[in-house]
Amino acid sequence: MATKVNKSVKNNESAKPDTAAIVHKILVVDPVRCTGCEICESVCGMVHDGVFNPMNSRIHRVRIEPVINSSISCVSCYDPECVKACPLSAITKNLETGILEVDQSKCDGCGACVRSCPFGAITVHTKNKKAIMCDMCTSTSYGEPQCVEYCPKGAIFIEEIDPNVNEDRLETLRKILHRGFPQPPEGEILN
Amino acid sequence: MVEAYTQTCVRINLTTGETKKETLDKEFCKNYIGGYGFVTKILWDECPKGVNPFDPRNPFVMAIGPFPGTIVPTSSKYCVGAKSPLTNRIGFAISSGSCGAQMRRAGIDMIILTGKAPEPVFIFFDDDAINIIPCKDTLWGRDIWTVEEEIRNMFGDHRISVMGIGQAGEKLAKLACITNDRARQAGRTGLGAVMGSKNVKAMAFRGTKPIKIAKPDEFMVKAKELIQLSNGKDTLKYRDLGTPINVMKFNDLGVLPVKNFQTGYWDKADAISGETMDEKWVVKKTGCSQCPIACDHLCATKPDDPDYPNIVSSVDYESIYALGSVCLIDHFPALIKMVEICDRMGIDTMSGGTTLGFAMEAYEKGYITKEMLGNNSVYKNGLQWGDYKAAVQMIEDMCLRATPAGDLLADGSRDAAKKLGGDAWKFSCEIKGLGIPGYELKGLSTASIGFAVSLRGACHLRNGSYGYDMKKKFDRKKYDELDKRGIALAGQDAFMAVIDSLVVCKFTRGIYHRGLPEIAEVYEMVTGIPMTGDEIEMAGHRIHDLAKCFNIRECQFEGIEPASEDTLPWRNFHEPNFDGPTKGWYNDEAGFREGIRQYYLARGWDEKGIPTPETLKARGLNFVIGKI
Repeated sequence: MATKVNKSVKNNESAKPDTAAIVHKILVVDPVRCTGCEICESVCGMVHDGVFNPMNSRIHRVRIEPVINSSISCVSCYDPECVKACPLSAITKNLETGILEVDQSKCDGCGACVRSCPFGAITVHTKNKKAIMCDMCTSTSYGEPQCVEYCPKGAIFIEEIDPNVNEDRLETLRKILHRGFPQPPEGEILN
Repeated sequence: MVEAYTQTCVRINLTTGETKKETLDKEFCKNYIGGYGFVTKILWDECPKGVNPFDPRNPFVMAIGPFPGTIVPTSSKYCVGAKSPLTNRIGFAISSGSCGAQMRRAGIDMIILTGKAPEPVFIFFDDDAINIIPCKDTLWGRDIWTVEEEIRNMFGDHRISVMGIGQAGEKLAKLACITNDRARQAGRTGLGAVMGSKNVKAMAFRGTKPIKIAKPDEFMVKAKELIQLSNGKDTLKYRDLGTPINVMKFNDLGVLPVKNFQTGYWDKADAISGETMDEKWVVKKTGCSQCPIACDHLCATKPDDPDYPNIVSSVDYESIYALGSVCLIDHFPALIKMVEICDRMGIDTMSGGTTLGFAMEAYEKGYITKEMLGNNSVYKNGLQWGDYKAAVQMIEDMCLRATPAGDLLADGSRDAAKKLGGDAWKFSCEIKGLGIPGYELKGLSTASIGFAVSLRGACHLRNGSYGYDMKKKFDRKKYDELDKRGIALAGQDAFMAVIDSLVVCKFTRGIYHRGLPEIAEVYEMVTGIPMTGDEIEMAGHRIHDLAKCFNIRECQFEGIEPASEDTLPWRNFHEPNFDGPTKGWYNDEAGFREGIRQYYLARGWDEKGIPTPETLKARGLNFVIGKI
């Protein structure tokens, strides 16, 4: 299960613990382990809205037939396109946590952010018509990303990225995927 | 208050194009659970007795259970049913993938198609809208993988899930299956042909509705536990090497069907074993919607394969034994290719493979001639055992009814044997017309009873009878302790009927360690309908007996003794295995018949296999009394 393997690899093991450096967390999925089961989507809908509806999920299963499976959610871009695209300035990036926040009183669900996101990580909620993206479950009573908890293959990892590095997020993802993810414990066959 | 179920049944009269929505009441949902249960009840009520399966009056039913769309492991499944063209008895088949969940999100529990569309159509269920769209020039005549992609492109939405038929279904091949999500099939009993007979190429689903459940907090805790168990030892077999691990296991026990069920051992089995497949051919394991197991072992041929480069298909044990050992084919890329053709063009790999094995034997014995094979150069040596090139071509000819032999075999081995005449029926290895799954019954006495009494024809999934032999609960060579075997099988019938009605995958049947009471608890958490273990077990018995009554009604109409159908192929009684650990074994007819009789009694049926009025009353089937 995910909890056994979700300790993300520190990029810099020698970082001193006393310096409270700001780190941003994003979810990254190991495509080797991902089987495309959509459980992350269902769980995401449930913990945020209390009902199962992948339409309102903040993580999105991607399947490219026949063999490629992965999921993608907000990667907390350095200079987010969605923030720039929003005509009502309803989206801001929290510089402390890296999470994109939507001002519920401003957002009118126009979808400009949806079209501008290079990762397809934003959608408009089908019921209340506000933009939604991954908030690492901070808005829920759980406080921790639940897709990570429920992913049967332990394929979803919480990655810590340096907010000060000005780089393309595709480049960041490329580096993470190239580096790979920790192996599951000995003897545990996930798939 | 009922949650999860939408209680909506859609009726479509294809002849007139009229659609109607009905409400399913709570009692119906509780008594018949969903899936197989719903299908059975509708077929009993609405399928006219003795109807030709291709008659517009034969209803085609598609139903889901309470769980799709929730995270109950392996819940996104659906069941389809109709009177089967292959067996002329109850026909139903179950498939996974994304269709079940999308159907629930579109707000539908059951779909009943009657009549026949005046021209080829596909049906698009877009939330509440039901669109019957003509497709004579766009989709008709194309393979189902293309159709799936085309429909998604048509509406620009990759989330749309599509189930439909290939060319085989259009041509009313009785082996035709229904394919969804490329690699998932509702394969058995030829229901693709029923769809084809109604001029329906495909059904597509897109749903955006939320699914509410009765006790979300309790459920999420339970679901997490079940998901963890689904990744534990109970399902290790399916995740690791997958079901093909059976090849070597069965070969060592002498129960791998070989050479059209002539024996149970093959010295070349290693070439098609799970170990070989895992080492050489598997490229990725994927999962259906809401499945934590991910058993789908996608195999690919090499880019430089001389015959079949770059083919990807999903291979499992049942495909391997049917297309491999039954036909003596040990060339793995050919298996990958044959599975691809079957999935794409739409025939069931199991029925297709067993029919191909029959064809090879018929060729050897001179029933099928070279002229019948057509003038394709791959048949220059005819249709010899193990000739993989000819086999691949033959499968395609069957799907397309391209040659006289392909046309003959597209309707399965029973029909083909009838047409070929002579002693061909003696080596047609099927029960009630349905090809035998990958268990050589001459080496498995309990399974021989379980398969013979299975309602949809030879089937390992109706009562899991093989497990008793494999796990040595009973002596697999003898017919002893028959009363105990009967009781065991009767209990399994109910359990499997519940699993098929919920519909969850049989691979997760082992994760409910407390059995039916635990399943009932999950049912209650999701739907809010009070349910106990005993009630759900009774529902299983009710569904199974009602399906049996459907078969009896058909038998009586045709003037056939129902018990006479619960039998084995001629070969099983008269031709012992010629090789391997089970050399010389065969099914003892007297012992077998006594086993069947004991099973009937254990189910509360009379000695002719007809449920007694008391049994029917106890199971809430009063409406059946007097009709059979």
